[in-house]
Amino acid sequence: MIYLEQFTYLLASALFIIGLKYLGSAKTARKGNQYAMMAMAIAIVITLVISGVAGPIQIIVGMVVGGLIGGIIAKKIEMTEMPQMVALFNGFGGIASTLVAYSEYLEPTTLPVTLDVNITLILSLFIGTVTLTGSLVAFAKLQGIMPGRPLVLPLHQLLNFLLMVGVVVFGVMYVMEPAVPMWPLLIIAVAAIFGVTFVIPIGGADMPVVIALLNSYSGLAAAATGFVLSNNVLIIAGALVGASGLILTQLMCDAMNRSLFNVLFGAVGTDDSSGNDGAAGGGEQKTVTRYTAEDAAMIMDTIQSVIIVPGYGLAVAQAQHILHELGELLTARGINVKYAIHPVAGRMPGHMNVLLAEANVPYDVLYEMDDINDEFQNTDVALIIGANDVVNPSARTKKDSPLYGMPILNVDYARTVMFVKRSMGAGFAGEANPLFFDDKTMMVFGDAKAVVTGLVKSLKEDD
Amino acid sequence: MESLIVSIYVFTLAVFIGFELITKVPPLLHTPLMSGSNAISGITVVGALLAANANNWHMSTILGILAIAFAMINVIGGFMVTDRMLGMFKKDKKTDKGAK
Repeated sequence: MIYLEQFTYLLASALFIIGLKYLGSAKTARKGNQYAMMAMAIAIVITLVISGVAGPIQIIVGMVVGGLIGGIIAKKIEMTEMPQMVALFNGFGGIASTLVAYSEYLEPTTLPVTLDVNITLILSLFIGTVTLTGSLVAFAKLQGIMPGRPLVLPLHQLLNFLLMVGVVVFGVMYVMEPAVPMWPLLIIAVAAIFGVTFVIPIGGADMPVVIALLNSYSGLAAAATGFVLSNNVLIIAGALVGASGLILTQLMCDAMNRSLFNVLFGAVGTDDSSGNDGAAGGGEQKTVTRYTAEDAAMIMDTIQSVIIVPGYGLAVAQAQHILHELGELLTARGINVKYAIHPVAGRMPGHMNVLLAEANVPYDVLYEMDDINDEFQNTDVALIIGANDVVNPSARTKKDSPLYGMPILNVDYARTVMFVKRSMGAGFAGEANPLFFDDKTMMVFGDAKAVVTGLVKSLKEDD
Repeated sequence: MESLIVSIYVFTLAVFIGFELITKVPPLLHTPLMSGSNAISGITVVGALLAANANNWHMSTILGILAIAFAMINVIGGFMVTDRMLGMFKKDKKTDKGAK
């Protein structure tokens, strides 16, 4: 029977891998998700059957309750809230691993408990708990329960260091005296505090990195549990998730030109609201020309191509749907409409694509930065809605700028640059955008939804 | 110790496969990838089922049942929301009723 179980787990592992492979292309992604679903179902069913687990009613109750909660969240969640949901789910993955590991400590499945089981058990308790409390803080920051700005305690790094030392000390004590119930509990307690102190100094704007990293941890926590139980399907699935989260973390850091170290310990970023009002221009008395939506619509009469650059301000204003209508109107007039998506547009990796897809924007007009950056110079209008830092040319030239070196969208190469913004405020990085003052720039101030609606209305009146 | 070595082998190879596969996922799909991996990390449910496998109300059983519930939130919630999201990705404009 043990062979049947092992081979079924192997089948499930293979299906997870095939599923991830199919997730790599928009055409097959849905099928990929279904393969992963199948893998999970197979793993669960064989576990229920082989270990005769199906008996106790409480197990079924646990599955049904969890499944229902998950199902309701999945149905109700708004696409703008995806980052919070992923953060919360990372945390659930973490706590599940901690609970399994602690349960295994209380009543081991195989006796005697060997040294390597004890070591992996510490890892599992530690990673699982850090993932839990870290994710809860990330969730609270994204949901606005906690302020998004970095919270730095006095002697913060020293505190983190001491907590790590604490884990090592308690870990060693535990390995020497596994029977003392205090040690695993102390490890959990220290890990819980560490999860909090690890995430609170990270600013709201850096949350995409943190969610990706915690995503990785939730996978590693599952893998660590697999080590404890010597269960390969847990190890493989956990390792896949761990690798995935790590790659996304690196991509997000690259897109902001920051090192992971700088994100985690730099305490950069001021606020999680887009566009903090106030003169961030640094007191320089430059003037910008204000335009209205009608002025913008008139320009649209004479052009052949437009590249739309959406930022998170668009999502905050819930303007995706009206933007899609604008795109359709322009296309109907024979204008070539494309969307340029910066890797950090939105609040998590790939977020902006989902927000636009929800508004029915077909994905073949959404372009990645590298694929579209050469096209701006042959484009009549770059229409920037609710974005700032990702189009700030200072990133190329101004060496003392916090943005310096960050890859940006080359909107300043377009013949006309149109900004739709709430105010003159600088972006997260606090760096003024010299493009606002350029002669070819049109600033249209106002809420993204109101302005785009005005644009659509003016264009329709022309028809 | 033997089984730990095997586990480390399996883990390391799986990480390499993960890197190979995930680097090929375009940014377009990064959000569904993350919610999908939420679901996959719910694989802990297998461990939870084993931990809860006892006809008693010992602490270890109760913790196992709690773990089942948390992991199942990830499994069902993660897969469903990923499917919902991927269903929104449409290719060309032919299916778009709004266009003239």
